[in-house]
Amino acid sequence: MKMMKVDAIRNGTVIDHIPAGRVQRVIGILKPRATDIVMMGMNFPSKAMKKKDMIKIEGRELTQIEVNSIALIAPEAKVSIIRDTKVFQKSVVEIPEIIEDLVSCPNPRCISNAEPMKTRFKLVDKSGPNLACQYCERVYSAHEMTHI
Amino acid sequence: MKHLISMRDLNADKILQFLALAESLEKNPKQIDLSRRVMAAVFYEASTRTRMSFESAMKRLGGEVIAMVGTSGTSVEKGETLADTARVMARYSDIIVIRHPMEGAARYVSEQVDIPVVNAGDGANQHPTQSLLDLYSILKAQGSLEGLKLALVGDLKYGRTVHSLAYALAPFNPEFYFVSPKSLSMPPHILNDLTKMKVKFNEKTTLGNIVGDVDILYVTRIQRERFPDREEYEKVKNAYIITAELLHKAKPNMKVMHPLPRVNEISTDVDSTKYAYYFDQAENGVYMRQAILATLLGEAS
Repeated sequence: MKMMKVDAIRNGTVIDHIPAGRVQRVIGILKPRATDIVMMGMNFPSKAMKKKDMIKIEGRELTQIEVNSIALIAPEAKVSIIRDTKVFQKSVVEIPEIIEDLVSCPNPRCISNAEPMKTRFKLVDKSGPNLACQYCERVYSAHEMTHI
Repeated sequence: MKHLISMRDLNADKILQFLALAESLEKNPKQIDLSRRVMAAVFYEASTRTRMSFESAMKRLGGEVIAMVGTSGTSVEKGETLADTARVMARYSDIIVIRHPMEGAARYVSEQVDIPVVNAGDGANQHPTQSLLDLYSILKAQGSLEGLKLALVGDLKYGRTVHSLAYALAPFNPEFYFVSPKSLSMPPHILNDLTKMKVKFNEKTTLGNIVGDVDILYVTRIQRERFPDREEYEKVKNAYIITAELLHKAKPNMKVMHPLPRVNEISTDVDSTKYAYYFDQAENGVYMRQAILATLLGEAS
């Protein structure tokens, strides 16, 4: 299959190996600024993943904390910081030990769903990934959770 | 240690410290003086036993109590957030004891205030002071927590007390029988945790010969409202009633415990036997809560 070309960026961030179909959720978490130039690609062929999504952001270098915030929905994503068209730094995403105010607790009886407060989860199992609510103490798979 | 929110926050050493202090306070209550200290009992749900046990504990150590019981007529009804209520209570008192129907409420309150917070029950989640008083009662009744055989009987699905007790005893090499109707059995995630902690347990639907084999028979109430089907409730409601006759085969050291209130699950003819321990258990709650209040208020040496 012929590869499609997507414009290279001069300075910024490339997020590759996003599971196909999840690019819009990643964008939703990263919340691009009005001045960011963003290219979104969907359903590129991939040897490892069969299909993958990709994001390129011109003019903005994502911090490791920003990058880690997408780890729950794109655990295998690879992030490249681009400077002057060259790859300056490559990293993989890593789910943080404490996940604050990123996802809501699926337990309707949890206080975090009743009070105006930040949610907080602890990573208890990377493979799930499974997260324990630090308030109601229930453990949930990240796939059951909705992003705030 | 500033707050008491969850049994998960306590290691075996900390548990043993609370047990030792409760024992010492039972023998000599005058060693601690909480006069001029104020405990705020903030109860979003009705509770007689836990609240009065805390009040008794505080007052017997010379302290004072202020209380909000239920939300009717309070600022909560006017729409005040839990955080604001807690912050105001913290200005009125030296320690907050809170019961709330939402899970995690006590943890959240502990993050909002500078004074110690005690969880007196947060929905179906935790009730650590009940767990600690149960441990103290088992220790007093058996002389040790190590290597005991216990049957937990009744509603094991929704019973927060039995969940906490299973975790609290786990470090002490227990062997459990979980006796309940199938529809009210111990939740799988708790059984998984116990397996991981190498705790021995057997699940049963009838008492059978278990009574003669255990050191503690811990009975809980089966609530009718837990059954969607009235017929099913009628079928099981009498299957777990403890009578004096049933206890004939019990070991001499065996004790029957119950978090109370009981309805009919322990027959009143058990009360006069040497096996009945539930009223002592309620009294032990006062000593344990004294130990908790004294520790969190920084008065325990």
